[in-house]
Amino acid sequence: MTRASEPVGGDRAKVLANGRSGAPAHRRQGDPGAGGRRRGGSRLGERRVLALLFLGPAALMLAVLVCYPIMYTIWLSLHGGDGATFVGADNYVKMFTAAETRRAIINNLVWVVVTPSVVTTLGLIFAVLTEKVRRATAFKLILFMPMAISFLAAGVTFRLVYDENPERGALNAVIVAVHDTFAPPSPYYGANPRDGGPLAAVDGGYQTTTPVDSGDAVALPVVGLPQDRIPADAATAALPPAGPGLRGVIWLDFTRGGGGKAGVIDATEKGLPEMTVEAVADGTVIATTRTDAAGGFAFPELTGDGYTIRLAAENFTEPFNGLTWLGPGLVTPAVIGAYIWIWAGFAMVLISAGLAALPREALEAARVDGATEWQVFRRVTVPLVRPVLIVVLVTLTINVLKVFDLIYVLPPESSQDEANVVALEMYRVSFGGGLDYGLGSALAVLLFVLVLPAMLFNIRRLRRDQG
Amino acid sequence: MSVVTTARVPELEPAGTAVSGAPHRGLVARLVTRFGGAAVRVLVVLVSLLWVFPTLGLAVASLRSTADNSATGWWNAFTAPSQLTLNNYAQLMQNDRIVGSLWNTVLITVPSTLLVVALGSLAGYALAWIDFPGRDLLFVVVVALIVVPIQVAIIPDATIFKHVGIYGQIPAVIAFHVAFGLPFAIFLLRNFFIGIPRDLLEAARMDGATEFSIFRKVVLPIGWPAIASLAIFQFLWVWNDLLVALVFGFDNPPITYALKEQMRAFSSNIDVIGPGSFLSMLVPLVVFFAFQRYFVQGVLAGSVK
Repeated sequence: MTRASEPVGGDRAKVLANGRSGAPAHRRQGDPGAGGRRRGGSRLGERRVLALLFLGPAALMLAVLVCYPIMYTIWLSLHGGDGATFVGADNYVKMFTAAETRRAIINNLVWVVVTPSVVTTLGLIFAVLTEKVRRATAFKLILFMPMAISFLAAGVTFRLVYDENPERGALNAVIVAVHDTFAPPSPYYGANPRDGGPLAAVDGGYQTTTPVDSGDAVALPVVGLPQDRIPADAATAALPPAGPGLRGVIWLDFTRGGGGKAGVIDATEKGLPEMTVEAVADGTVIATTRTDAAGGFAFPELTGDGYTIRLAAENFTEPFNGLTWLGPGLVTPAVIGAYIWIWAGFAMVLISAGLAALPREALEAARVDGATEWQVFRRVTVPLVRPVLIVVLVTLTINVLKVFDLIYVLPPESSQDEANVVALEMYRVSFGGGLDYGLGSALAVLLFVLVLPAMLFNIRRLRRDQG
Repeated sequence: MSVVTTARVPELEPAGTAVSGAPHRGLVARLVTRFGGAAVRVLVVLVSLLWVFPTLGLAVASLRSTADNSATGWWNAFTAPSQLTLNNYAQLMQNDRIVGSLWNTVLITVPSTLLVVALGSLAGYALAWIDFPGRDLLFVVVVALIVVPIQVAIIPDATIFKHVGIYGQIPAVIAFHVAFGLPFAIFLLRNFFIGIPRDLLEAARMDGATEFSIFRKVVLPIGWPAIASLAIFQFLWVWNDLLVALVFGFDNPPITYALKEQMRAFSSNIDVIGPGSFLSMLVPLVVFFAFQRYFVQGVLAGSVK
């Protein structure tokens, strides 16, 4: 899962190790390149045979299963699905024009732009955090642990996290709980006025169809509310005591077991408390109140005629049930979230090693000169670990380009098209039923071309370090 | 490969000029100083929880019945511990497809790891200590191959394996994993071996040791930490692999493949997927916690010295 990462990272870490211990003298001395002939008696021919014996098996495998296939794939990408007809650049044209492959390429672009930078930033933050707390080792282990598990297991894990139903999905359970704390849900969603009653639907709420005058007592029957959503403190419906202004009652016009009369407050029928009631005149709300436990409300200050009584839309809003994480709209961000969970520990560990190798004097000097921790971080720490940050970014970019398993596993089949990336599309067209080796090879070559800069980056480092 | 980090670091402004006199500290800075310690601790705990919960959720879900899992979230098991049961695991042990695939995973992973270590250390030794023409170029090629995406080889390799008659079977999966594990293995081990003091090797040669016995008796024992890191890495990525198995191992599917098949009907198969995934994670987690030092060293690849 992490194959591509090590060389860059590894190279770097070696550098750090050396930086810490000082360049070891015996290493330079031990470099055979510098030492020339190393064994007095051995002739070139003999060394060639030895090299062949030691290198042969590995070289053979690399030649047959890696190097030759690269050439063959390039050749295939210029041929049709049958692998025989020469089609020139057709597969490449198709790759950039067909809807599925274009979607895959665009998604990959999103992945590459977003993921490495987010993971590296988080890694840097976590690495700095570990320097400030005790038990940092436990923290590091916890964050690093997802690196050890498969993308499949991570995919299953996050299928559970992202479950749409807030009763089952942890993430939606959390955000629904938070949402409901700040905006408590209304119990009355789905309820509606009794047909033939005085109320009609307006903008999600309901309002009286005929004008209401002061001194009137309006009875507003509501139906369609399940018994278990009647608030516990609801009392038997009743009009508030007579007084100045306008009054009324909102109640659930339904008697359990039947027998109630429509539009009439029967003995066991409950009022609907805490309902927001608005009095409207000439299209503007002039007074607002809430119903009491018996469903009664009053506007004692209203003395005129011709009001409209409105039950505000907020009384009937559907409860918030979280987000459809793995639906077409959010699937890519959701999968990226899981990917970040897997890789943040990797970035943290590399950056931590970088921080540990920083010259303490530079940090101390800045502190002695009165720099705040933030200034030390911005002006000393970050510039010093920059090389490590770049290595982490490059490593992640290579891995993100090739991301496959997580997208194959985490999104349900219904949204896999929306989540598609190049590596997945390559598998689909070549093996997952498509059997179009030409297009599959073109997609593979695209991936290959995209990692070439990283390849050159590695070789240049190698050259420079050896030179 | 030995450059001191600080050599490449940009020149720093002298700290004194950057921050002089009474610093104009922003509100954030003052808050950080004031509540920094506590806030950092709270943040660390929150992040830790965020990173533990998904895995914990899978573990708990694997111990609940399908009915419980489809009705409520795993966290309900904390208030109703009676929901916890080992039934899923007992059932899983009766599931031939899953048990067989776990066995396949072992049969793929162990030889892949041993072969990469063996071939990689031989080649790494040759590139480090046997002087022959074209050696440096060969090493550059090896380094170049490290980042090659496997997609660029899977179609031709499928053809090759078809010709040989192992397409879809364990040997094909192993061969592919070894081939694509080798570049990094050679790179890592060559870099480690080259740090072995020349005197040690010369002394062995004086005693008349052959090149192979020097490799076996001097280089391998000294190279042990790097070999261990490599072995753990190779083990983990072969164990966790899905793509290579999908393409080359369909007749002898490993556990990742077998579980992916079940995911078509995720919620009704959660009694297989949950415990199966958790079992498949167990080995990597044990390896991870038992050898975390080598694992981290593997990530830092070569920081061992």
